[in-house]
Amino acid sequence: MSGQVPCRARIVRRIQESPTIFTLGIELLESNQRKRFSFTPGQFNMVYLYGAGEVPISIVSDPEDETMLDHTIRVVGRVTRGLALLKEGDEAGIRGPFGRGWPLDAVHGKDVLIITGGLGCAPVISVINYILRRRADYGRLTILQGVKHSEDLIWRQRYERWIEQPDIDVRLAADVGTGNWPWYIGRVTALLDGVEIDAQRTIVMMCGPELMMARAVGSLASKGIPGGAIWMSMERNMHCGNGLCGHCQLGPKFVCREGPVFQYPEIESLLAIRGV
Amino acid sequence: MAFLLHHQLQSLLDVLAGEGYQCVGPQVQDGAIVYAPLASAAELPRGYRDQQGPGEYRLVRENPQRFFAWANGPQALKPLVFAPRESAWQARRESGGALSFAPVAPQSRPTAVIGVRACDLAALALLDRHFLHESSPDRYYAARRDDLFLVAVNCTHPAATCFCASTGDGPDATSGYDLVLSELDDGFIIEAGSNAGQRALAQLQLDTDSKAQRSTAAAATANAAQQQSRCVPSRNMRNLLFANLESPHWEEVAQRCLACGNCTSVCPTCFCHAHREEPAIDGVHSHHVREWDSCFSQGHSYIHGLTVRSHTRERYRKWLVHKFGGWHDQFGRSGCTGCGRCITWCPVGIDVTAELAVLNAGGQGK
Repeated sequence: MSGQVPCRARIVRRIQESPTIFTLGIELLESNQRKRFSFTPGQFNMVYLYGAGEVPISIVSDPEDETMLDHTIRVVGRVTRGLALLKEGDEAGIRGPFGRGWPLDAVHGKDVLIITGGLGCAPVISVINYILRRRADYGRLTILQGVKHSEDLIWRQRYERWIEQPDIDVRLAADVGTGNWPWYIGRVTALLDGVEIDAQRTIVMMCGPELMMARAVGSLASKGIPGGAIWMSMERNMHCGNGLCGHCQLGPKFVCREGPVFQYPEIESLLAIRGV
Repeated sequence: MAFLLHHQLQSLLDVLAGEGYQCVGPQVQDGAIVYAPLASAAELPRGYRDQQGPGEYRLVRENPQRFFAWANGPQALKPLVFAPRESAWQARRESGGALSFAPVAPQSRPTAVIGVRACDLAALALLDRHFLHESSPDRYYAARRDDLFLVAVNCTHPAATCFCASTGDGPDATSGYDLVLSELDDGFIIEAGSNAGQRALAQLQLDTDSKAQRSTAAAATANAAQQQSRCVPSRNMRNLLFANLESPHWEEVAQRCLACGNCTSVCPTCFCHAHREEPAIDGVHSHHVREWDSCFSQGHSYIHGLTVRSHTRERYRKWLVHKFGGWHDQFGRSGCTGCGRCITWCPVGIDVTAELAVLNAGGQGK
C-alpha cells in the first residue's frame, strides 16, 4: 500500500543550479507523514505536478534532515518543464520513497570511490554528504565526476570546496572544456588511472550513462576490484514505483523495486546492451 | 462429482445469481467469442466452433448440442481483474493553489465467470503473483480477484493455435477454479474445487456421474492435448534467450512486426500499465488514470528525452525475452500458458512458437 497516493507537499526552497537544472526543497505538509518519511540515500520519490503528472527524482538531501527533501531536476520533458516554474510556497505532491538505496552498511569502514557522469552526481550527493558528516567512520574518499561540456557541471562551488579538503580526493573531467575549466579534459573513466586504489578495501558507487559505467567496470577490474564491490544506480522509465507497471524493467529486474542501486554482478549481463 | 444435463445449465446460473454473483460468460459478439454479462444460458455460444490460425479467427457452426466446443476468444480473465483503464487517485486544487489527494476506491462486485479455460486459470495464477506481490499488493486487482467465482470448462476442441499441452497448463483445468465442467454430448460432469463451489453444487441436487461418462471426458481432453500441433521448444528457455540478445533473428522478426501491441493486449499475463494525468476542464480536479500499456509502444521505455528501445527489434526482443526468460527470475516460471492468442490476433501472423523454434535452433532463419 505504501506510496499509492501522493502526500501533500510544498516548495520551501528553489535553487537554479544551471540553465536547465534546478533543485526543489520540498516539505511534506502533514506532520504524521513528515515524521514517518525516512529514506536511504539513493532512493527516489515520484514528484507530482498538478494536472501534469509525476516524474521519478532521487532525493539529494540529508536523510537526517526531517524538514525538507531536496530534489535536483533537469528540464527535459512536459512535467519537468512545469516543475521548473514552481516557486517557493507552491504546492506539489510526493509519493515515496521507492527502491533500494546505496549499501551504507557495506561501505562502513571502507575506502569509498564514487564515479559519476552528468546529473548522475545527484543520486550520490546524499551519500557523499552522509559520509562527510561521519568522516572518521570511512577510509579514503575519492570522487570522480565527469560532464559532457564543462558548463554542464552543477554544484561547482561544492566540488571546489571539497577539492580544498585534505581528506577527499576530488577529480573532475569534461569531454569538452572551455577556458574556465582548470580540470581534466577527456573521459571521467580516464581519471581512474591516476587514482590510488586499495582493491581489497574499496567500495565503488557509480551513477551515470551505462557506457560510462561499463567502461569504468573494465578499468576497475584491471585494478583488481571485485565485481561485488561495485554498486551502480540504474535508470529506466518509472510510473508506479511499486514494481507493478512494468516500465522500469531491465532484463528481469524491476529497477524501481529491486534497484535503482544494484550490485554489479546482479546486472552484469545486461549493462550497456543497447535496448535492453 | 455429479452430472448436469445441458438443459439444467440455466439452473446453475440461477444458483450463482442467488448467491449474489453477476454472471459473465462467453457470447458471440462481432464475429468473436467474448466474455460479457450473461442473463441466460441461451446466450452462450452453443453450436459454435472457432477456426484460428496466425492472423486469423473465424466462427463456424458445428456440434449443435455443445456449448463449449471452441477454444477461446481474444479476452482472457485479465480484463476482469486488471481493468483496461481506471482512476487511481484524484487531485484537487483550491483557488489558492492548495492541493489535496484522494484515492479512488476500486469498483468491483461479486462476479461468476462461466467457461474459464485452463490456460487462463494458469495465467490468472501468474497475475496473482505479480499484482498481489507481498511488497506492494495492488488493491484494485485484489478487490476484483476476491470477488471472482470461476466456473472452468475443460477443453475438448483446441484451436490450431493452442499449445497449452506443451507449456503444461491445459487442456484440463487442475486448480484455481470453484467449479469445473467436462462437457459431453448431453451435459456436463461437474465438480467443485472450493468451498464456494461446493455450496453452489449442493443447491443443484444433481445425479451422480457414471464411470463411463468420466472415461469419455478423460479421453476427450487427452485427445485435445494430442490434437495440438504447436509447442514451445522447452518450458524453460531463460538461459537460451538471454544468451541470444544479439541474435540476427530479432531483426528478421522486426521486418514483419508492426509493433502494434495486439499481442500484449490479448496476452493473458501481460501486465504493463501506464499512469497518465487527465486534468478536468473545471481547473479544480485532475484524475490520475492508469491504463494498459504495451512494451511495443514508443513511450514504454522513455527516459528523460530518449527512448531506450527505439527500434521494433528491441521491442519484440524485450517482449519475447521477458515472457519466456525474465518471468523465470521474477515469478518462477515462463509467462506463457499456451493460449495462442498472440498468434491469432497478430495482424501479420507472427507465430511465437515458430520464432522460439528458430532461436532454439541457433537463430538461423526459416
